[in-house]
Amino acid sequence: MPSPLFYIFAAIMLIGGTMVVFMRNPVSSALSMVLSFLGLAALFVGLDAYLIGILQILVYAGAIMVLFIFIIMLLDLKAEENTSFRPAALAAGIVIPLMLVFQLTGVINNQDNLHDIPALELEQAAANFDKDTMIHKRLKDGRLPDTHLLGKKLYTDYNFPLQMVAVLLLVATIGCVSLSRKNSK
Amino acid sequence: MPFDSLPTPTLNEYLMISGLLFAIGLAGVIIRRNIIVIFMCLEMMLAAASLTLVAFSRFHTVDGLPDYDGQMLVFFVITVAAAEVAVGLAIIVSLYRARQTIQTDELTSLRG
Repeated sequence: MPSPLFYIFAAIMLIGGTMVVFMRNPVSSALSMVLSFLGLAALFVGLDAYLIGILQILVYAGAIMVLFIFIIMLLDLKAEENTSFRPAALAAGIVIPLMLVFQLTGVINNQDNLHDIPALELEQAAANFDKDTMIHKRLKDGRLPDTHLLGKKLYTDYNFPLQMVAVLLLVATIGCVSLSRKNSK
Repeated sequence: MPFDSLPTPTLNEYLMISGLLFAIGLAGVIIRRNIIVIFMCLEMMLAAASLTLVAFSRFHTVDGLPDYDGQMLVFFVITVAAAEVAVGLAIIVSLYRARQTIQTDELTSLRG
C-alpha cells in the first residue's frame, strides 16, 4: 500500500478512536468505533491480510458494535450527557498515554526497521504445495490465496486451539444465559 | 500501475500507528466513567495489538509468503474478543438491573 493511502486510513482510524473517547453520547462513541475499525480493516487489507480485514469488518464493525448499540439503547443511557469529565481523570488520562507514546517513540527510533516491505514471491512459494491444490493454482497465477492458506494452517497446525475456542464459545454462551436469567426461585 | 513509484510505509510506521491507537484506548479507559465506553476502549486496545501482529506477519516473510502464524493469532484474538464482549455485556446488563447505574464512580460497594 502506498504511503498516502496508509496515512489516510491511519488518520481515519486515529480520529475515530479519539472520537470514541471524547464523544459524550455513548451511541456516538459506538458509531465512531465503527469508523475506527473500518480504517483499521483498510490497513489490514493494505498488509495483504484480506481475510483478517474482512473479519474485522464483519465481526467487530458488524456484530460486536451492533451488540454494543443494542445494549446502549436497551439501557436507555441519556442522563449522563450533561456531566463533564473529572479534571484529575482527564489529566491522568492524557499524561499516562503520552508517557507510553514517548517511550514507544524512543524505542522505535532506536530500531533499524526502516527497510521496505519485503516482496512476496508467489511463483517460488507455489513449489511448496501439491500440484493439484487450489493454493498451488492461485500462487501460479500470481494471486495470494490468503483464505486458503489461513484455512490450511487453521485445520493442521492450529487444530487443537480451534477446538479449545469451540469450548470457549460454548462456555460463553452458557455464561450469558445464566447471567441474564432473572434469579427467581 | 501508476502508484508503484510511491514509497510504502515501513514497519516502524505501522508500530507507531498501532501504539497511538493503543494509547488512545488507554486514555479512554482512564478518562471515561461510562462502563460501556470503557469496554469499547478495551476492544480498541485489542485491535491495536492485532495491527501490530498483522504488520509483523507481513514484514516477516517465510518462503515468499507472509508468516501466517501472526494472522492466526489475530484470528483467535477476534474470536475470544467476541466471546468476551458477549459475557461482558451480559454482566453489564445484570449490573444495571441490580444498581440502576453503569457509572463507575457510583459503583462503590467494594470500596473499603
